[in-house]
Order: sequence, then structure tokens, then C-alpha cells
Amino acid sequence: MSSSVSQQLSSAPENPKKKQGSHGSFHRFYDINGWTFVGGAVALVALFMIYPILNSLWLSLHSGRGIVTEFVGFGNITRLFNDPVFIKALSNTFIFLIIQVPAMILLSLALSSCLNTPNLRFRGLFRLAIFLPCVTSLVAYSILFKSMFSYEGIINASLLWTGIISDPIPWLTDPFWAKVTIILAITWRWTGYNMIFYLSAMQNIDKSIYEAARLEGVGAIKQFFYITVPLLKPVILFTTVMSTIGTLQLFDEVMNITQGGPADSTMTLSMYIYNLSFKFVPNFGYAATVSYVIVFFAAILALLQFKMAKDK
Amino acid sequence: MNKHKFSRLALYVFLSISAFVSLFPFYWMLVSSTNSTADINSGKLSFGSSLMENLTKLNTQVDLGLVFYNTSKIAILSTVFTLIISSMAGYGFEVYKSRNRDKVYNALLLTMMIPFAALMIPLFTMMAKANLLDTHFAVMLPTIASVFIVFYFRQCTKVFPKELIDAARVDGVKEWRIFVFVYWPVMRSTYAAAFIIVFMTSWNAFLWPLIVLQSAELKTINLVLSSLSSAYFPDFGVIMVGTVVATIPTLAVFFAMQKQFVAGMTGSVK
Repeated sequence: MSSSVSQQLSSAPENPKKKQGSHGSFHRFYDINGWTFVGGAVALVALFMIYPILNSLWLSLHSGRGIVTEFVGFGNITRLFNDPVFIKALSNTFIFLIIQVPAMILLSLALSSCLNTPNLRFRGLFRLAIFLPCVTSLVAYSILFKSMFSYEGIINASLLWTGIISDPIPWLTDPFWAKVTIILAITWRWTGYNMIFYLSAMQNIDKSIYEAARLEGVGAIKQFFYITVPLLKPVILFTTVMSTIGTLQLFDEVMNITQGGPADSTMTLSMYIYNLSFKFVPNFGYAATVSYVIVFFAAILALLQFKMAKDK
Repeated sequence: MNKHKFSRLALYVFLSISAFVSLFPFYWMLVSSTNSTADINSGKLSFGSSLMENLTKLNTQVDLGLVFYNTSKIAILSTVFTLIISSMAGYGFEVYKSRNRDKVYNALLLTMMIPFAALMIPLFTMMAKANLLDTHFAVMLPTIASVFIVFYFRQCTKVFPKELIDAARVDGVKEWRIFVFVYWPVMRSTYAAAFIIVFMTSWNAFLWPLIVLQSAELKTINLVLSSLSSAYFPDFGVIMVGTVVATIPTLAVFFAMQKQFVAGMTGSVK
């Protein structure tokens, strides 16, 4: 066959092939650029997050003091259940979670729906004031709370002055009140932060729904529970998961307000991990096991959020 | 009507109390920085005259200028690098979309759920092996690839007009130049919002710097404040001046860029 004929014959099927060729080279160019742009971040995340989390899992199977370690398999997990400080830290973390997160979410919801009422005066000022706490650093505000809640501090002084209490409250030195102080502190810092999420979500709610409810004679409280809360469900879920993960990792506040005391009554999991690794004679293996308890709960939460987002 | 007036009043009372509770610690911080420790401990609520004395005392206990320099250096450098690396990735994932890269992206998103407490021991040993302990570099390095910022940039790139990229390509502009000269100017407000988030996080960081930094001359303001306040009898007058110094930069950034601040916080959820 002469080449010209073959060329003529095959010209039709060759065309798309040629296109595919040029497409292929564009595709390669596209791909190379794609990996170049994402490469830096991907490499860094692999090095500083994925490798460490796997390494931590490996460490959790070891135990020992300092650099002398031995393989103990699941020995650390048995140790967890017999470790009173760990059990204390775990239960403290849960007490903080169960009381503080719902209280704060409700408070932020209430505040944001108040700020969302039509014809409110000084709206911007109120919003700014309530939001301002979340601009402070965790260390700075913890120290502020430590000084305000000291035995002869301003909180006790004002409570005594107004006659609400007759004896000063041992905010920082009593196991129960120390927990209360931590909860008050976290709530002060994060309520405004959550409020901003709700406010921006409320702007997307159709005002006529409230108008209709009002005409039907539905009161403000009922409107809140039957209209606002159900419509904000996705945002509430998001902020709840974020707050829960934050509380699971609670460290800066307890470190700077109570240092976990008195008698470990405000000890949290993160604080205990820190103590095990950097304060006592380091036992990295056991500390890694404790850290995987946090990973475990965070993973459950992530799964829960994923499932709920899918159901939506 | 009477009932309506009452509920209006209750609304204002509730909001005013909340605003008061939110603002009082700021007032307390400012007042206390001008009072002696004895006055603070007895709950003095008015401004005093010890500000200069507290400041001088603080400056003799720590080199305040150096502490401020350390904190700013770490915050600014890590913010700049985070913005470059993470915005590149957000751009790359969205503009050069592919199935494989989306798989990698989903894996990255999963890492957002990893609590830092589970990373700190391996990170510490890594830095020890690399001989980087007690350096600012080690403080910054693990924070540079922020998955949250990658995610934020990808979300914002979704509304970036892709025709601009195509037009530039037709003109023969190189890909990285498109990123720098077309994408950056258009996305200024996204960068501003991301800047605030990263800067605040870095300025306020505590646990990781606490683990990494040991030398006094390398410490950041949060570490200094924390160690001053953990004394048996903390000298609160001095410490309060320190908290004011620590809070001013973040407050300034907040007031200068309030709009972007809120946009940055909520933008990723929408």
C-alpha cells in the first residue's frame, strides 16, 4: 500500500488520535502543575501530621523511662484502666464537656437571637462587646481569670459587697469551685465566637417565617425553639463538634489557672499527656497511649458529624 | 402592649449584662496594669499610678523588647509561609482538578480531626533528632502547612473567575505567573481574612512553643506570662502589664480588619 493512500484512508480515524495526543500532553502539563502547586503543603502535612500520628501509634505499644523503652503491646491500655490520674483526667474532661458545651451553645444561641430582633438599638455595640473575648490569647485571659478569681480577688470582693455570699468562695483551691472557674472561663472566651456563626446563619433565615408565626400568636420563646433552633441545626452541629474537640484538648486554661489542681480536680487529658512527657521522668509510650484516647473520641465525633451531614 | 414593653426591657437587660460580663475582664486588665499587686489582690477597681513602676519591673525581669521581637518574628514569618504554601495548595486542588488529587485532598481534610496532643510527642522527638529543639524554626515548621487554610482557599477559589486563567494562558503567561499576578490581586480579601486567622493562632500559640523553647532569650510573650504567673506569689501588677502587651497586637489587628475577621471565621462554613 502506498503511503499516500494509507494516509488518506486512515486520515479519518487518525484525527481523533492526534487530538488525544495533544490532549495527553495538555493533561500531563496540567497534572505536573497540579502536583507542583499542592506538593509543598501535602509533603509538610505528611511529615508533620501523618507520620507523627502513625509514630504515636507505634510508641503507644512501648513503655519505659526516658530513652530506655521496651515493647509492651497492649500493656499500656491495661495500665490506663488502673491509673487513677488518667481516670480522673478522663472524667474531668467529660464533666467539662457535658456541662460547658451545651450551656455555652444555648447561651450563644440566646444571645444571637436577641441580637437578631428587629429594631434593636446599639446592636453593633452589643455584638462587638460580646465578641471581643475571643480576640484575647488563651494564656492572657487565663491569667486574668486567675487574678479575678483569687481568694481575695475582685469576684469574691464584689460578691461579698453585694451580699450574695457571706464567706469568700475558694474558687481556685476547692476541687468543685476550681472546676466551676474553668467552666466560667471557657464560656467567657468562646460564647461570642459561636455567636458569630449563629448570627451569620440567622441572616439566611427568611424573615416572613417569623412574621407568620407572630401573626399566629406564637411567642418569642416558642419561635426560638420551633423555628430558629431547627433551621440552624447544621451550624449548631458544626459548632458543637468544634467545641467538643476543643474541650477534649483543653490545656492552656488549666495549665495557667489551676495547673490541674487542686488534687487533680481540673486535670485534663492534654495536661496529663504534657506531665507524663515533659514534667515527670518522660514516658513517651504511655503518654502516646493517653493521647490515642483523645484521637479515639475525636474520631467518633468526626464520624458522627460525617453521618449527620450525609443524612441532611 | 405592656407585656411587649416588658420583654423589650428584659432583652436590653440581658444584653447589657452579657456585654458587661464580656467587657469587665478587659477593664480589669487595664486597671490592674496601673495598680500595685497588693491593690490588685484586694480588688481595687479604679486606675492607680503604678503603671510605669510595673512596666520597669517587668522589663528588669525579662527583656520585654526581645520577647516582643521573638513573638512577632514567629507570628509574622509563619503567617507569611503558611499563606504562600497553603494558598498554593488550595489553588492547585481547585484549578487543576483531578480525581487523584481529590483523593489526596480528602485525606488532608481528615487530618484536621487529629488532636495536637497526639502529635506533640512524635514531633518533639523528630525535632530532637533533627537537632532543632530550642529554635524558632522548630516552632514554626509544623504550623506552616495548615489544612484549614488550604480548605479555606479552595472554597474561596471556587468563585474565582476561571476565564482570567484561560485568558492569561492564551497570552502565553506561565502558570506560576498566573498565580502570582492574576490570582493574588483578585483574592486580596481572602488573603486578608486568612492572614488574620493564622496570625492570631500563631501569636496566641502556647503548648508547642512551651515544649520546644527552653532558652530565656528565645521565649515568646505567652511563655513568659505563663511562667511569671505560676510563681507561688505571682506579682500580678507586673503580669497585667504583660497581658496588656500580649493583647494589644491581636486587638489592633481585630479592629483594623474587623470585617475580614468575621468573613474569615464564617466564610468556610457557608
